[in-house]
Amino acid sequence: MKPPVPEIPVPVWRNFKDLQEWEQLHQVRPEGDKHSSAFLSITEGIHSFPGGFVVTTAADAFLNWARKSSVWPVTFGLACCAIEMMATFASRFDVERLGMVPWASPRHSDLMIVSGTVNIKMAPMLKRIYEQMPDPKWAVSMGSCANSGGPFRHGYFVVKGVDRVIPVDVYVPGCPPPPESLLNGLLLLQDQISHFRRTGKRAEPNPKVD
Amino acid sequence: MTLDQARTLIGQQFATAQIEAAVEGGPVVVTVSPDQWTAFAAFAKQDLRCRFFSFLTAVDWKDAGLELVVRLDNLDDRIGLMMKTKLGPGVSECPSITPIFRGANWMEREAYDMFGIRFAGHPDLRRILLSDDWEGHPLLKSYAVDTPHPPYR
Amino acid sequence: MTTAAAPKRVELDYAGSERLTMNMGPQHPSAHGVFRAILQLEGETVVDVDAVIGYLHRCHEKLSETLTYAQYPSIASKTDYVAAMTSEFAYVRAAEQIGKIEVPKRAQYLRVITSELQRVASHLLWLGTWCLDLGGALGGGATIFLYCIRERELVLDLFESLVGARLLYGFYQVGGVRYDVPADWVKTCRETVDLIDSRITEYEHMLEDNPFFMARVQGVGVITRELAEDVGISGPLLRGSGVDFDLRRAEPYSSYEDFQFIVPVETAGDCFARYRVRMVEFRESLKIVRQALDRLPDGPISSRPGLKSVAQTRIPKGEAYVRVEGARGEVGCYLVADGSAKPYRMKWRGASFSNLAILPHIVPGHKVADVVAIMGSVDPVFGEVDR
Repeated sequence: MKPPVPEIPVPVWRNFKDLQEWEQLHQVRPEGDKHSSAFLSITEGIHSFPGGFVVTTAADAFLNWARKSSVWPVTFGLACCAIEMMATFASRFDVERLGMVPWASPRHSDLMIVSGTVNIKMAPMLKRIYEQMPDPKWAVSMGSCANSGGPFRHGYFVVKGVDRVIPVDVYVPGCPPPPESLLNGLLLLQDQISHFRRTGKRAEPNPKVD
Repeated sequence: MTLDQARTLIGQQFATAQIEAAVEGGPVVVTVSPDQWTAFAAFAKQDLRCRFFSFLTAVDWKDAGLELVVRLDNLDDRIGLMMKTKLGPGVSECPSITPIFRGANWMEREAYDMFGIRFAGHPDLRRILLSDDWEGHPLLKSYAVDTPHPPYR
Repeated sequence: MTTAAAPKRVELDYAGSERLTMNMGPQHPSAHGVFRAILQLEGETVVDVDAVIGYLHRCHEKLSETLTYAQYPSIASKTDYVAAMTSEFAYVRAAEQIGKIEVPKRAQYLRVITSELQRVASHLLWLGTWCLDLGGALGGGATIFLYCIRERELVLDLFESLVGARLLYGFYQVGGVRYDVPADWVKTCRETVDLIDSRITEYEHMLEDNPFFMARVQGVGVITRELAEDVGISGPLLRGSGVDFDLRRAEPYSSYEDFQFIVPVETAGDCFARYRVRMVEFRESLKIVRQALDRLPDGPISSRPGLKSVAQTRIPKGEAYVRVEGARGEVGCYLVADGSAKPYRMKWRGASFSNLAILPHIVPGHKVADVVAIMGSVDPVFGEVDR
């Protein structure tokens, strides 16, 4: 006689209130990217030829390689994570070998590494700096304060995660994440960038799985 | 000047001030009434030569009201002075000691921001740490720490 | 009744038609953190500065009323995050003073060693970021920055092997410290200290032989002694203005009276004087670390080891104001305890908060470029300013 198979309930994360809250409140990236009509008509033209997709895929791959090898972060150090971010930019854990040159002006940068706690006074400033960055842009939330409010989550003035203010692509956990973790996060970001878009459109979410 | 001499001087000038019992090496702790607050601060700066302004803060004792605490130091004689005043229940006004100690400027702004204490005579009393349009004074015991503020929290 | 003068405002002669309000916003290249200075300029001269802070206000004081004495020290590190153990030190000593808890000698020596190593690490970061601001990231300022960060990484390696964390620790507990030194740590520490000592001389020569550095730093941002005491600045700012006051010498705590060290005092009061004070403090800290390592006593590392639950430490009713000499000055913790496991009220006297309050008094009259030099020499850390 076989022993009874235990009924393990399927983990339903819907019960976890914080994740439910996150679902409703986090910012999502806007659809697509802004292209000029000339670019759209050219890609349209290339696709109309048989095998034209090879050209655009190769072009995409080249552009993605160029984009990921030269991501310029805007120096947005807020708190303790900024010190670890500076250590990552410095000599031992060099990010310049990945092509990342920290650049103070948001107008010339691709990446915003939000390192530190965002509070209600700082949130509009952060949003303004993010909006000043030209597309395509990415955001990395560094540290537990930027991920979810961190140790200060229950403070009256702390935003529960920077993803309530801007859409985030990579979350790096830690308090503060040591430079190795941040480098890991930046390499994951580079992977994301290399899959950035195929033929001008982002991947549609699959309604069965996602 | 020693700590005991300082206590004697205070007792002579301010008969109604309550001076706490001496703790070895500890600061001189004096409680005065709010109407003697600025006079005592000036006395501390001139006669006790406590010219170093360390901090100013408040404690919310719920029903008993707010209490202001100031720490001054005489760096030459190594005397620490804690001056306190209890602003009765429901009172949140106090004279400002910014004309006497410039360091009280930001500290009083922070006490206004956190406790709602209005300092009469302060040159520029506005919020310092919280946003200018924030409602409420967080460090009061009646304010909940996890107060929501959609959409940020 | 003495009256102190209002913050300085400079009135210039010509009609004032060139008055410009410039915002040095919360995000700017000078690597200090979230600070906003609204400058009123007449041409290139700063006439008035309004320092807006609060962009990093993280509700420390309210949160401390909800966290126990065992939980809070790791949050305390996040006030002065560059020299994190200083803040923990103030909080833990305040609780120990009210509760009359003894700290064993070995723990006291370990606290001294880690505090002084934190001071060294903090000053290395200060020097690096100050020179980065003065020189520009791509313009030569990065030289000293990279060198200093290289040394700082060695110190952080020491902390990583001792505590497990590089930047923010929970090393101090009420009653002692949490971890004991691993094998070989003392030897590595001595080697690191010797290495840093030899390199500081190199940086000093690099900077002091540079005429641009000297021109930008001498005579800039003079703080008079009277202003220094009135506003309540502390640390290298106070000692650079001629006041011989160091808490390690004036109110020795945690066995500091066992060590021999000089307290540097300069009378000029300008940025160069503060720089000299910090450079001498480097060497004195390394001297203290060597002495403490030589005489490290055996014994327990805590009088309350083996914490079983976070609410275990109860401090009886009382209050205390305890201060330590941090890298930036007097970091103090005013603690009001009510007999339970959580404080009733805790106030951080942040050194940088009082230090930053000096800006409206000394900046007017200088050029915009000097604002950066002054900010760097004041060395604020915004975790302490905004708490």
